[in-house]
Amino acid sequence: MTTRLSSTFTRCAAEDRAALVTFVTGGDPTPEATPAILDALVAGGADVIELGMPFTDPMADGPAIQRANLRSLGAGTTTIKLLEIAADFRKRHPDFPLVLMGYANPMVRRGPLWFAAEAAKAGIDGVICVDVPPEADDALGPALRSAGIDLIRLATPTTDAARLPTVLEGASGFLYYVSVAGITGLQQAAQASIESAVARLKAATTLPVAVGFGVRTPEQASAIARVADGVVVGSAIVDLVGQHGAGAPGPVKDYISTLSAAIRGARQEKAA
Amino acid sequence: MTIKNSLRAQPDERGHFGQFGGRYVAETLMPLILDLEREYRAAQADPAFDAEFRSLLTHYVGRPSPLYFAERLTEHLGGAKVYLKREELNHTGAHKINNCIGQILLARRMGKTRIIAETGAGQHGVATATVAARFGLPCTIFMGSVDVARQQPNVFRMRLLGAEVRPVESGAKTLKDAMNEALRDWVANVHDTFYIIGTAAGPHPYPELVRNFQSVIGVETRAQMLEAEGRLPDLLIAPVGGGSNAIGLFHPFLDDPDVAMIGVEAAGHGIETGQHAASLAGGSPGVLHGNRTYLLQDEDGQITEAHSISAGLDYPGIGPEHSWLHENGRVTYEPCTDDEALAAFQTLCKLEGIIPALESAHALAVAERIVPTLDKDKIVVVNVSGRGDKDIFTVADSLGVKL
Repeated sequence: MTTRLSSTFTRCAAEDRAALVTFVTGGDPTPEATPAILDALVAGGADVIELGMPFTDPMADGPAIQRANLRSLGAGTTTIKLLEIAADFRKRHPDFPLVLMGYANPMVRRGPLWFAAEAAKAGIDGVICVDVPPEADDALGPALRSAGIDLIRLATPTTDAARLPTVLEGASGFLYYVSVAGITGLQQAAQASIESAVARLKAATTLPVAVGFGVRTPEQASAIARVADGVVVGSAIVDLVGQHGAGAPGPVKDYISTLSAAIRGARQEKAA
Repeated sequence: MTIKNSLRAQPDERGHFGQFGGRYVAETLMPLILDLEREYRAAQADPAFDAEFRSLLTHYVGRPSPLYFAERLTEHLGGAKVYLKREELNHTGAHKINNCIGQILLARRMGKTRIIAETGAGQHGVATATVAARFGLPCTIFMGSVDVARQQPNVFRMRLLGAEVRPVESGAKTLKDAMNEALRDWVANVHDTFYIIGTAAGPHPYPELVRNFQSVIGVETRAQMLEAEGRLPDLLIAPVGGGSNAIGLFHPFLDDPDVAMIGVEAAGHGIETGQHAASLAGGSPGVLHGNRTYLLQDEDGQITEAHSISAGLDYPGIGPEHSWLHENGRVTYEPCTDDEALAAFQTLCKLEGIIPALESAHALAVAERIVPTLDKDKIVVVNVSGRGDKDIFTVADSLGVKL
């Protein structure tokens, strides 16, 4: 089935480049400020947006995204408001892939069926849930799949060959390779380890493989873009939002443009 | 012996106690959690593991802890006979050490070389630092900076024992944030680090293995009561934060239909004020820290702050087995306010010469409520889960006394 996610990765592959996958925390610094930040991501050349659902207890996130979660919740972001932000984005950008990313409790609070139905209504293409591993799939997976939403799974350096089939079972959209055993926004993995991991994952699945955690500079993005189908950047964008607040769209757009240019040039450099 | 429809057969192979429990962790931790489960199953089947655990409980912890007939408290209340299970006499002054001994033996078995733990009041931190010292492993304790400030004596104890105490500045800077930070550290150090969780909560197999290590409380109580009275008790009462001392006392009695059980939740300033730590009385099911259980949360699933005068009960969740025992009705859960606990704290000091932990004082308060309504031939056991030396500053403050 063709979806906004699959057609985006297909188009990027046809252009011989990786997709630029960008993360921001929804409602940071305020729910009112988020639409302009999302538009800046699009204008800067992002290919996919992961809209973070704020949570009081973001166990897998580093300081940057922790603070963003607190700013967002402090500004009164609710699940309903976040879904409205998504629905409005969908009206402005009918074809742009939009993914919700967050933790299980806000997603299952009103029941997984409610969440899946409302997310589908808001035009959400996929969901990444940090603390629902394949073993807990029934908490969320069946509801999302029956609503036509991709459940995007995470693979990590600790996901060994024996476990990988479990992760891939029921995965769709793309596979998110968390390149560092750690929390978001701190260190980056060695390029060699990323390359061997991507090769291993791509041998096991036809899903596009996007690589994230610790990616900040155009150079890092470019290096990953040579081997992966997607490059995920999160904390660096969230830092810009933290620094510039409601004035973030300009700096965010400029930053994304540099990443986008680096990714578009990555495989040409290699060929040259 | 396997009893049909036994209440002691939980969790299932995926770690579920009915709809509760499970494993809700990041993918990075999943292989490690599965490893831990494999290693725990192997340890359970290894008589040498159990022998070493028993030996340390006897010679290092000082078990069995006495089951003490509280004669003057019984007389004062004028109803059922009250026995106290004296967990406060254990090494480090609380039940926490039972579990820490078991988990550090698992850590060593898995070849892990570094220990981490979270702590609220500092009791679990002290117990963890103690076993880490005993086994010569470096140890980092995560503690909310608010708790670091109000629990200085325990912070110093942990440091004396060689542990690094890392103050946590995120969130509300209390126990749940310490647990978040411990999980973040663990994710980044999976190759060499063992996380000693302090209560019967977290991802499977933690709720099960903590319960099993703490079940020594109930197993001893059962034998001691049969020896003292020739029969089982009529009622067990224990305080419940995460609920490890309570599940340790209750579990060996779950299939004895004539033994009633009450878990006591911290009602803080009162359930109606919203300032409490009673997840069952004032919360609803959700997912946090690796398990599905009752939580204090708002309509969007955001976790709300807990309040209790007892730092050990100041947590917005509860172990998943308690959620299950609450829903199936086998155990009754009762709230107890800060004020009631403070009164019971003083009563036990004066009548029995025992300074209980504020956690345990919550159970004693409910005993004072119920025991007078029971006939004199009934028997009640209250778990004195810890000693109250750590709480004297809090109690003095509440009584308006300056130390």
